[in-house]
Amino acid sequence: MPLLIWQVLFFVVPLGFMFVMSFWLVKDYRMTPAFALDNWLKILTWGIFWRAYGYTLALATAAMALASLFAFPASYTLAFKASDAARRWALFFLIIPFFTSYLVRVYAWQVVLAGNGIISAILGFVGLGPLSLLNTPIGTLVGYLTLTFPLVLILQTISLSSIDKNLIEAAHNLGCGPLRTIFAVIIPAAKVGLIVAALFCFILSFGDFVSPYYLGGSKPPTLSIMIIDSTKSGQQWPRAAVIAVMMIISLLTVAFASVTAAYRRRG
Amino acid sequence: MNAEKALKWALFAYVALAFAFIFTPVIWSFIFSFNSDRFPSLPLGSFSLKWYETVLSRPEILQAAVTSLTVAICTSLLATFIGFCTAYTDFRYHFMFKQAYLALAMLPPTIPLIIMALAMLSWLAQIGLSGQVISIIISHTVLAAPFAMAVIRLRLNDMDPNLEAASWNLGASEWRAMREVVIPFAMPSIIAALCLTAAVSFDEFAVAWFVSGLNKTIPVVILEILQGNVDPQINAIGTFVFIISIALIVTAQMLMLSKGGKKEATQ
Repeated sequence: MPLLIWQVLFFVVPLGFMFVMSFWLVKDYRMTPAFALDNWLKILTWGIFWRAYGYTLALATAAMALASLFAFPASYTLAFKASDAARRWALFFLIIPFFTSYLVRVYAWQVVLAGNGIISAILGFVGLGPLSLLNTPIGTLVGYLTLTFPLVLILQTISLSSIDKNLIEAAHNLGCGPLRTIFAVIIPAAKVGLIVAALFCFILSFGDFVSPYYLGGSKPPTLSIMIIDSTKSGQQWPRAAVIAVMMIISLLTVAFASVTAAYRRRG
Repeated sequence: MNAEKALKWALFAYVALAFAFIFTPVIWSFIFSFNSDRFPSLPLGSFSLKWYETVLSRPEILQAAVTSLTVAICTSLLATFIGFCTAYTDFRYHFMFKQAYLALAMLPPTIPLIIMALAMLSWLAQIGLSGQVISIIISHTVLAAPFAMAVIRLRLNDMDPNLEAASWNLGASEWRAMREVVIPFAMPSIIAALCLTAAVSFDEFAVAWFVSGLNKTIPVVILEILQGNVDPQINAIGTFVFIISIALIVTAQMLMLSKGGKKEATQ
């Protein structure tokens, strides 16, 4: 049972303590144990917080939608058109990005997206003028996708390739066209996997601070950046804790809703 | 028929495009780590190793590399030990609240790192363990143990539970059975888990950034360089990190994919 003790001591307790800390007060730059709703009132009535909340939510939702849409044709191909060996190799390669530094990849994008970078040059070439995508929501989204796209692709491919091929054959034999097969047979059959992939994408994007900071210019800040700002500069740990608790509540809600949706029976 | 072939080609081209999106930043930073120009642009400047020289001549980066390695090694040992115990408990015993126990074991990767970072920082500061190398090790062990557990559990799935019972019947004590039957059987996955957890720790920056204080790890140094200007040193450091992580991952995957069970126990 060492894991139990370890996880309780260094996983459950820290999270619990963070919750408790959200009620503490900061006096003369020192935290004082208390049970005060000050931090909660302060944050929950703070317009900037809600704007950041909406912005983070919108960006994470957009990343989730884009990653799922972009990944689907690729995972469809890998699952149904590629040979088994090719699919294994593809999955093998898709795991690699998880262990290459995300920071270095974000840095690479920073250079590519900048005003004097390659994307800007291409856009200039087709007449859209030199245009920096850095410090825009698009930059943030590119970063989110860098982080989440391989994972979504892996999860989708696995869930699509575990569909019973007879089901698809049957649809074909009954005169179902390829597009209709996708929408009427494949997507419902792989629903759980597709939703789980989208959910992971949402969770990762919602909590990521690197992309909105270095590619999105942190204007407006996302919730994760607000946590960093209030922790690193200024000893406002309790307020950061409030934001963190709000994030956890939101994530739990989204996770619960999508799991319910995934397992709901049709009809 | 031709239309179908064209569609198939289009789909594979799309997969290639998706892979290009994923791997461009990785390859990009690799190429530019050898480029002489400070500001990356095409055409490339001349081949140069000066960014590597700069990196190697900075003592604080070497110091960070030592910290990173220390943390990665300690984390992998601790996390793999915990992971093994959890996997074995799950394999062997049935008890009340087992579901909750497993959920607790697998939960940490789903909590956004920035929230874990804040929670760990505030808790470790509270018990007087923040700002030391050990704080990074503790946090990384929490994050990495679930991966070790998953890898080892998969391997134990392939083990006949009677094997252990047989060794008891032959007079082996529980310890001896563990040492001479279970552990040799799980060995490939144990080594894979060591590599995997080391790689997780080696790349993690958010929690390390919060709890490390003055003991920076390599990713934290990258993060801090990123906050400054365009600096190709990141590419050079990134290439180092990439090579180490990939070596670890490829080792882990080869061990997982090889059917280790056929291997004769060397006595």
